[in-house]
Amino acid sequence: MLLEIKNLHARIDGNEILKGIDLQVNAGEVHAIMGPNGSGKSTLASVLAGREEYEVTQGEIWYNGKNLLELSPEDRAREGLFLAFQYPIEIPGVSNTNLLKTAVNEIRKYRGEEELDAMEFLELLKEKSKLVELDHKFLSRSVNEGFSGGEKKRNEIFQMAVLNPKLAILDETDSGLDIDALRIVANGVNKLRSKDNAIIVVTHYQRLLNYIVPDFVHVLYNGRIVKSGGKELALELEEKGYDWIKNDKSEVTV
Amino acid sequence: MSNKDFKQWFIENFQTFEKSLNGEKTESFHEIRKDALSKFSSLNIPTVKDEEWKYTNISPVIKHNFNIVPPKTDMAPEIIGKFLFDKLEHHLLVFVNGEFRKDLSRLNELPKDIEVGSLAVAIKNNHPALLKHFGKYAEDSNNLFTALNSAFTKDGAFILVPKGKIVEDPIHIIFLNIAGEEKFITQPRNLFIAEANSQVTIIEHYGSDKDGIYFNNSVTEIFVGENAVVDHIKLQEESLKSFHIGRMEVDQERNSAFSSHLISTGAEFSRNEFTTRFNGQGGESMLNGLFMIKDEQFFDAHTMIDHAMPNCNSHEHYKGILQDKARGVFNGKVMVRPDAQKTNAFQENNSILLSDDAVMNSKPQLEIFADDVKCSHGATVGKLDEEAKFYLKSRGIGEESATAMLIHAFASDVIKTIKIEPLREYLEEIITKRFNQ
Repeated sequence: MLLEIKNLHARIDGNEILKGIDLQVNAGEVHAIMGPNGSGKSTLASVLAGREEYEVTQGEIWYNGKNLLELSPEDRAREGLFLAFQYPIEIPGVSNTNLLKTAVNEIRKYRGEEELDAMEFLELLKEKSKLVELDHKFLSRSVNEGFSGGEKKRNEIFQMAVLNPKLAILDETDSGLDIDALRIVANGVNKLRSKDNAIIVVTHYQRLLNYIVPDFVHVLYNGRIVKSGGKELALELEEKGYDWIKNDKSEVTV
Repeated sequence: MSNKDFKQWFIENFQTFEKSLNGEKTESFHEIRKDALSKFSSLNIPTVKDEEWKYTNISPVIKHNFNIVPPKTDMAPEIIGKFLFDKLEHHLLVFVNGEFRKDLSRLNELPKDIEVGSLAVAIKNNHPALLKHFGKYAEDSNNLFTALNSAFTKDGAFILVPKGKIVEDPIHIIFLNIAGEEKFITQPRNLFIAEANSQVTIIEHYGSDKDGIYFNNSVTEIFVGENAVVDHIKLQEESLKSFHIGRMEVDQERNSAFSSHLISTGAEFSRNEFTTRFNGQGGESMLNGLFMIKDEQFFDAHTMIDHAMPNCNSHEHYKGILQDKARGVFNGKVMVRPDAQKTNAFQENNSILLSDDAVMNSKPQLEIFADDVKCSHGATVGKLDEEAKFYLKSRGIGEESATAMLIHAFASDVIKTIKIEPLREYLEEIITKRFNQ
């Protein structure tokens, strides 16, 4: 098993957001996590990536045989975990190339591999930038600075392509994208799918799942996974909205 | 042995200094020195009660009695190599402990009439340019340390670029101080004259080999003639036990363009006073700075841009990176006088504190007496952006590299405005050494 989350509870600023999440992901699978706003989707993504503001109060996360919660954010990345941010930050003065070169080489060093030389690295960038139809000029520009929303998301997927993670978490990568940008992003992701890696797609909308077809769909509500199913669950949610989940849930608890 | 009063010490030692001049005592120039000495004796030592010294306590400097005549030193010429920039064609002037060293200097082929050399020689030859420019921009009458420098003026760099001449390669001037047991003062006095339609790039580079105690009290006067272009870079990488008070006064004539970069890793105490004054319309001025200080270093950047005439543009951006218990001051004044309509002035100061014990006092000041102008100023003091750091870490980049990347990025807006690539690389290397271990 690549990822196993057991009874995960997490809070921020004293508010409990995750209230007992259980999730298992195997290599080769694509999982979608859906849910209404405020259900805890982004919190789950942030906890997985290691954001320090979130405090895990209960539960465990096992990733590739390791206790994920004991790893620093950088070691999680070096172990092959990748988060595509919902709101990618702008870093003026750090070029995309510089970020990726440092990242690739620190990851290779961690794994005991040789650093890439300048030529090999450029080849890698060239090859991967085609995946998301990213212009070469982007590489020398500062990270996300002055990028449109769609460009920022494409850049996240481009980074994913270069770093080649075992487990990628896409946090609302579809939000704010027009249909063309959505297709480009989804195509990029699909080309990166393999039997060796897994993808968790966190989204509010079903639309993205027309392009990145999931093996499993989970509905997160009020900090718990309240329903799991196949890809048809996403369609059902699209049709009925989230209210029936909420009502369903209240019926159970009453 | 108790120390003598700071001023008394210099006044009493003036004769010792006169003896050290060895016949270089040109009569007319020596009157300037004597006049400056009398001004020095009548001026008060600044205290924190003076508005211009509000955040700067001078007492660590004035408690010492510095030897007036620096010791001769037999240093290995290789030391100079540490302060050279790779792959840069340049003219090199070297001063060691205040004295011009022809043997270490190297002037490549210069176009005729361009003078690059030692001020002592210009004084000895009664150079007519001295009469016209010396002491005309950095006046003694209201500045104790300038008066001190003028009274004890012996040597420094002298550059004269006549009308219409262009110096292609930068002139790199290294002021190296090597202090051993005895503590001493050096007082470089520089005069750079770029006549109408001329162009020159000058790098004033202060360094030291050991961690000795000395006091560098430098004064630089720059005349930028009509339509002339002068790029000036001051680099300070000195002993952490040294003191540095540097003043630079720039006079800009009509349609001239001047740029200044102050890049510093400081001393124990340093204060840089930079003033540029528009004396004609159509001038362009850039004052950029970057300082990186640590331990208990103190650094003060005190600047003034004087818009005395209309239709001039100024751009000022100072950035500081402070570690440990370092203390920094930025006091930047932009003065827009009543006649200076259509002035465009931008001023910004940003500092990053890498420790909770570091302190930055930032005082941007705009004084506007004209009504049709565009001016802006701002200051920020903060920490490294934690969100950006998390983003880098989430890509597998470790704490140290992430911090270093963000510091390089922070410094980049100042460094990228320097036109000389080998110098930019030299500066990136300084940052790398400091923050990427």
